[in-house]
Amino acid sequence: MQTITAQRTGIAVDGVVRVLGGRPVLDGVDLWVPEHGRVGIVGRSGSGKSTLLSLIAGLDAPDAGSISVGLGDCALMPQRDCLLPWRSALDNACLALENRGLSRSDARRRALPLFARLGLGGSERLLPAKLSGGMRQRVAFARTLLADKPVLLLDEPFGALDAITRTELQQWLSGALADEPRTVLLVTHDVEEALLLCDRVLVLARGRFVADLEVDVPRSIADPAFVELRERALEAIA
Amino acid sequence: MRRWVPPLVLLALLVGIWELVVRATHTPDYLFPAPPAVARSLGSDAGLLTRAALVTLREVLLGYLLAVAAALVIAVALHVSGVLRRALLPLLVLSQTVPTVLLAPILAILLGYGIEPKLIVVAIVCFFPIVVNAVDGLRSADPELIRMMRTLHGDRLDIFRRVEWPGALPAIFSGARVAATYAAVGAVFAEWAGSSSGLGFVILQAQPALATSRIFAAVLVLSALALALYWLVSLVERILVPWHA
Repeated sequence: MQTITAQRTGIAVDGVVRVLGGRPVLDGVDLWVPEHGRVGIVGRSGSGKSTLLSLIAGLDAPDAGSISVGLGDCALMPQRDCLLPWRSALDNACLALENRGLSRSDARRRALPLFARLGLGGSERLLPAKLSGGMRQRVAFARTLLADKPVLLLDEPFGALDAITRTELQQWLSGALADEPRTVLLVTHDVEEALLLCDRVLVLARGRFVADLEVDVPRSIADPAFVELRERALEAIA
Repeated sequence: MRRWVPPLVLLALLVGIWELVVRATHTPDYLFPAPPAVARSLGSDAGLLTRAALVTLREVLLGYLLAVAAALVIAVALHVSGVLRRALLPLLVLSQTVPTVLLAPILAILLGYGIEPKLIVVAIVCFFPIVVNAVDGLRSADPELIRMMRTLHGDRLDIFRRVEWPGALPAIFSGARVAATYAAVGAVFAEWAGSSSGLGFVILQAQPALATSRIFAAVLVLSALALALYWLVSLVERILVPWHA
C-alpha cells in the first residue's frame, strides 16, 4: 500500500547504504514521507544529510537498499542558492519552465504571479548580484517551486542567512507551503527550524536515524512542550 | 577620464626620455629618429600610411573574425567530445610551436599574394589563446549548477546553453582580448612573406631606403590598430557579459 502511494507523491527509503571514501556515510537508513508530509532531518555537519538528499534526488546512487519516489519527481533546492549570475531574478526562477521547452516570454508570464506572492515584485529584472541574501533564497525557492514537482527536497535552505532574515523566511516558507502543499523533506542543522516547519523530525547520526520525533506541540519557541521537544532532539544529536 | 591620466603621463615621460637620449647622443634620424621626426613622417606620409593601414585593418579584422569563429566551433567540439579533446588538444599545442615566420612564406607560396594567406596567418596567430581559454571556461562550470539544472528538467543542451556557455564567456573574452593584440603582428608577418600593400609592406620598403622615421610611424599606426581592436573587443565584452564587471 505505502509503496504504491510513495510512487505517486511520497518518498520511501528502504535500508539505504552509501559508502564514500571507504566510510559508510549512510548505514541502513529507512524513511517514509507521506504525500504532503513535511519531514525534517537534523544532524551535525557530515552526518550524511546532504548525501541522503542527493540520493533521493537521483543525483547519486545508493550502494545498497532502495529509494522509491517517482523518477524525476523531486525538485532539489541546494544549500547554496545556485542562481545563475547572468540571468535576471525572474529568468532564474523561470529556468525549469524554459528547460521544459516554454519560450522565455511564456515562462515569464507563468512565473510572474508566484514572484509577486513571494514578495519579489519589483526585483524581476535585477541580476542576482543586486539581490540581498534573503531575496536570492526566495528566488531559488521560486525556481524550485516552478519545477512543478510534487516533492521538494530542501537542503539547508536558510543556512547562509543572518538570524533575522532567517526567522522571516521560515515564517514565510511555512505560509507558502500552506498555500502550495507539497511533500517536503527539509535538511537542516538547526533543530528549531526543523521543529517550526515540519510535522516530524528525524535525527541522523553516524549514518542512522537515532530519534524520530512527532511535532505535536505548539509551534512557538517559548512554549514549554516545544522547548522539551527541542531538548530531546539536541540530546539525540549529541 | 581619470583612468587615462596615469598611462598618458607615463607615455609622455617615456617619449621625453626618448627625445633626450636621441639628442644627447646626436643619433641621426635614419638610425634612430627622435619623436619630432616620427611626427613629421606621420604628417608627410599620411596618405601612404592611411592606404596601407586600411589594407592591414581589413586583414586584421577578417583574420580575427575567422579565428574567433573557428576557435569557438572547435572549443565546443572539444568540450562535447572527450575523445576529440584527448586527440586534438595536444596537436593544437604542437601546432603553436611552428613559428609563424616560417609558416607565412609557405602559405604565400601555396596561396599567392592575395588576402587569403594573410587571413590564415592572422587567424592561426589569434586562434590559440581563444580556443584554450574557451575550452577551460566551458570545463570550469560549477558542478553544483549542473546538478541543479538536472533536477530542473535540464538536458545536455539546456545545461550547455544556460550554464556552460554563458559561464565560459568571461574566459572566452580574456582569450579574445589577448588574441586581439596578436592580430596586427600576424598581419605584418604575413605581409613580409609576400605582398604589395599594407603597413608590413610599407615597413619592408622603408628599410633599404633608410626611411627609419617612416618605419616608426608605420609601427605607431599598427599599434593604434591593435589598440583599437583590443578596445572594440572589450566594448563587446561589456555589452555581452554585463554581470562580469
